[in-house]
Amino acid sequence: MRIDLEARPKRSALREILSPVVALIVAIVIGGVVVAIMGRSPLAAFDVYFVEPLSQSYSLQAIAVKAAPLILIAVGLAFCYRANLWNIGAEGQFIAGGALGGWLGLVTHDGAYQAIGSWWILPAMMLLGILGGVLYAMIPAALRVWLNVSEILTSLMLVYVAQLTLDWLVRGPWKDPQGFNFPVTVNFDPEATLPILFDGGTLHLGVLFAPIVVIIAAVVFSKTIFGFQVRLAGSSPKAARFGGFDDKRIAFAAFAISGGLAGLAGIAEVSGKIGQLLTTISPGYGFSAIIVAFLGRLSPVGIFIGGLVLAVTFVGGEDAQIALKLPGDMTLAFQGVLLICVLAADVLARYRLRFRLGGKA
Amino acid sequence: MRKFMTAAAAAALTLAFAGAAEAAAKVKACWVYVGPVGDFGYSYQHDQGRLYAAKQLGDKVDATTYLENVPESDSERAFEQLARSGCNIIFGTSFGFMDPMVKVAKKFPNVKFEHATGYKRAPNLATYAARFYEGRYVMGQIAGKMTKTNTIGYIVSFPIPEVISGINAFEQGLKTTNPNAKIKIVWVSTWMDPGKEADAAKALLAGGADILTQHTDSTAPLQEAEKAGKLGFGQSSDMIKFAPKAQLTANTDNWGPYYTQRLQAVIDGTWKSQDTWDGIGKGMVALAPFTNMPDDVKAMAEKTTADIASGKLQIFACPVLDQAGKDQCKSGAKTLEDGQILGMNWYVQGIDDKIPQ
Amino acid sequence: MTFDAQQVQDVLIIVVTAATPLLIAAVGELVVERSGVLNLGVEGMMIIGAATGFAAGYSTDSTLVGVAAGVISGAILAAIFAFLTLGLAANQVASGLALTILGRGVANLIGASFVGLKRTPAPHLHIPGLSDIPLIGKLIFGEDFFVYFGLLLTGAVAYWLMRTRSGLTLRAIGDNHASGHSLGVPVRRIRLLAVLFGGGCAGLAGSYLSLAYTPFWSPDMTAGRGWIALALVVFASWKPWRALAGALLFGGVTVLQLVFQTWGVPIPPQFLASLPYLTTIAVLVVLSIRDIRGAAAPASLGIPFIPDR
Repeated sequence: MRIDLEARPKRSALREILSPVVALIVAIVIGGVVVAIMGRSPLAAFDVYFVEPLSQSYSLQAIAVKAAPLILIAVGLAFCYRANLWNIGAEGQFIAGGALGGWLGLVTHDGAYQAIGSWWILPAMMLLGILGGVLYAMIPAALRVWLNVSEILTSLMLVYVAQLTLDWLVRGPWKDPQGFNFPVTVNFDPEATLPILFDGGTLHLGVLFAPIVVIIAAVVFSKTIFGFQVRLAGSSPKAARFGGFDDKRIAFAAFAISGGLAGLAGIAEVSGKIGQLLTTISPGYGFSAIIVAFLGRLSPVGIFIGGLVLAVTFVGGEDAQIALKLPGDMTLAFQGVLLICVLAADVLARYRLRFRLGGKA
Repeated sequence: MRKFMTAAAAAALTLAFAGAAEAAAKVKACWVYVGPVGDFGYSYQHDQGRLYAAKQLGDKVDATTYLENVPESDSERAFEQLARSGCNIIFGTSFGFMDPMVKVAKKFPNVKFEHATGYKRAPNLATYAARFYEGRYVMGQIAGKMTKTNTIGYIVSFPIPEVISGINAFEQGLKTTNPNAKIKIVWVSTWMDPGKEADAAKALLAGGADILTQHTDSTAPLQEAEKAGKLGFGQSSDMIKFAPKAQLTANTDNWGPYYTQRLQAVIDGTWKSQDTWDGIGKGMVALAPFTNMPDDVKAMAEKTTADIASGKLQIFACPVLDQAGKDQCKSGAKTLEDGQILGMNWYVQGIDDKIPQ
Repeated sequence: MTFDAQQVQDVLIIVVTAATPLLIAAVGELVVERSGVLNLGVEGMMIIGAATGFAAGYSTDSTLVGVAAGVISGAILAAIFAFLTLGLAANQVASGLALTILGRGVANLIGASFVGLKRTPAPHLHIPGLSDIPLIGKLIFGEDFFVYFGLLLTGAVAYWLMRTRSGLTLRAIGDNHASGHSLGVPVRRIRLLAVLFGGGCAGLAGSYLSLAYTPFWSPDMTAGRGWIALALVVFASWKPWRALAGALLFGGVTVLQLVFQTWGVPIPPQFLASLPYLTTIAVLVVLSIRDIRGAAAPASLGIPFIPDR
């Protein structure tokens, strides 16, 4: 048997919007079957995974806090991926941003340098965070553009290097002198901490970066020449070159945006949620964001929704461990299935399948 | 929007209270692990402790809830979710959970929290840890007697005080039975990567070590010792079935009795925030049966263990000289203070290595 | 610290065993990439091979069954990838990443019931006389059978790719699938076979970890080795024998940083631990400088192929 793909005569906006929804439903059905095999009620699991987290104020806040870094990173990745640049090292850029921005939080600890006022600390931390991410992303970008080294591998290898470097910093030079030699830094001063929006809640100011960035990115993609250049450089590099675009400049810009947003996500997480530097500051956001980028089909608005969906599975996954004693790895497996379904649905929205027996492909 | 939030918050509170009321009959205890319960090391031993307590207390407690693989930077939500789901007492088993637990404990004054290996406490946040180093002293003594090459291989994860005090205690023990024996240290920068731990073990064996000890989680180093016909010590759990001919003993974490006792205190209403740091004496650290050694070494090890348990033998009895030969004791002190052991970042005299900084 | 010859042999044996899983997975991926497909899911296929390999090996008490299970499970995961990328022409990078995530999750679920269980390690070759030759006997004649299989595999793939007609066809479609298709070559079928082969190799490499290297299961025990295997393919400029050299070099760096420590070199361990990754980057850079146009890479690598009938 062979499968043939036949382009659908007309692209349908509705079909393309619906395809990830259908994918989500299929993934949920597959997950339900697995849950049933494990001897739990699929309906109860669905309730715990997808309904309960959305019905309580605190879990809604938890979802927003979890989704924000995923969305920020994924929007940046969309620029790279649209330009056909496969940055999979956002995790490292997140750490670089968190570390560089967090450094200012350490330096200004205990009111140091705050005699001149403290209004500048948070903005400066955010800028340093962005800078850290940009600089770290420039390594694979430069290697790719100038030396044609696979950015997939270099960006990934640099993740390990970033993790180990942060580990060294927090265990060594940056550790809290009063911390009994445990690997933590001091807690940031309130002046270096992004404020919580509602008393007693977890929603911090940094979460708002995500919707703002989504709106800006959506405008950039649809309304600016740069957005057009990025898309063209990815879809048909030859045409882009004929059009006189500088593809090297575009590549650097895409990596810079991607790294900068990952760095911003990093410092927002460090300053808004953690409040200090730890040996590990990311539970794999940089990798989960890749799923988000594809869930959202590389469009900023789609990514916004995709980030929320993935955050729901994380929060719901913990609820499922508590309420149904389902293993935590279920969440990981489900995310893999979801991504596979989305990728398949994406193709099916644009092509029709023709099955035929025999014949060569 | 504001109104909606308030309504939602009220609903959440009602739910939380409903949960509390329901659990009043039964104490609900919950655990948060940093690793997978399947690591057969640190998190696994805590989970064994949970199961032990559940068995001891029967239907007086509901100890079926745990979250595994919780990243430290993302743990605040995990604790909050557990607190809201009606847990009466929550154990967090990793040092990195410290500040998140402090935050969540403040938010939920009616829920009791217990943090392992940390130092920040609150009225509803207790701390507990085990004097793992005590077992390592006994291991050092055994190693001194059993080594033929006078070289002991020591595989370690990260230079944190718990690991450093373990190395120092081992050296203190080693010195007493064999002043010529030396420790060779290899840092693998991971708690759990069987392949890398095995590589480190093989490298140490190739470098002349004939006894291995480890402060990482997997059974791989001990199995390498077994394969090479050399000796070694288990870590966290009794690993004798992985190395029946190599394991001399194992420094095991035994959390069950502690968990049982603390849950009983919750049931009786006598729970209060405190700092617990127990060792061999209270059974929180236990040495696996002494095997693969002559009777006289075994007798010595048993006597040392008993002396540590009774408090007769102090591992860091003054003077305690560091590598530069300087006495680290406070003047007039009989032993190092707990705070000094808890924050150890220097090696005792006799170790030919530098703590990586 | 002085090294006698005996110790040199011991260290070399560590390097060889550390290199073996990397080599097996890399040679498999090399064939996949030569056919023009980029499967980034090696880590996922490897970890599932480790989990099912140990599970089957333990349950049946047979190393061979364990190995077979590892190979098959790796190939099954690869089949999902093939369905997505060959059947549906979906994005290969994203599909490979999906495979990694799925593999990790499923492997940890399968492995959960095998925690803390023990098997005897896979047997080592022993030829009386030869294996006992001092200084080289154990290195050459005393390894476990995965090591010899890895070498055999490398040789076979090298011969097949370069010297046989079907190998030539595979390379041809990797360089230009359109012209292959117009000549009537079944592009997708060949790629399917290549992807399945790559999955099997990754599964085998994973089962090596849980059956021979450290004979037990532990979650995430592949610890990034699948990604290193991917880097090795580029390192090798898509040539099997160079993959062997790369695997030995990489295994060597990993092991030597541990050996250095036994000499008491006071370098932060985090720096030593990052050496293998920095080395990889450095090597990739050097290779690119030599080969600035990227001529070594299969020209169709990563580009979806949709036959126009």
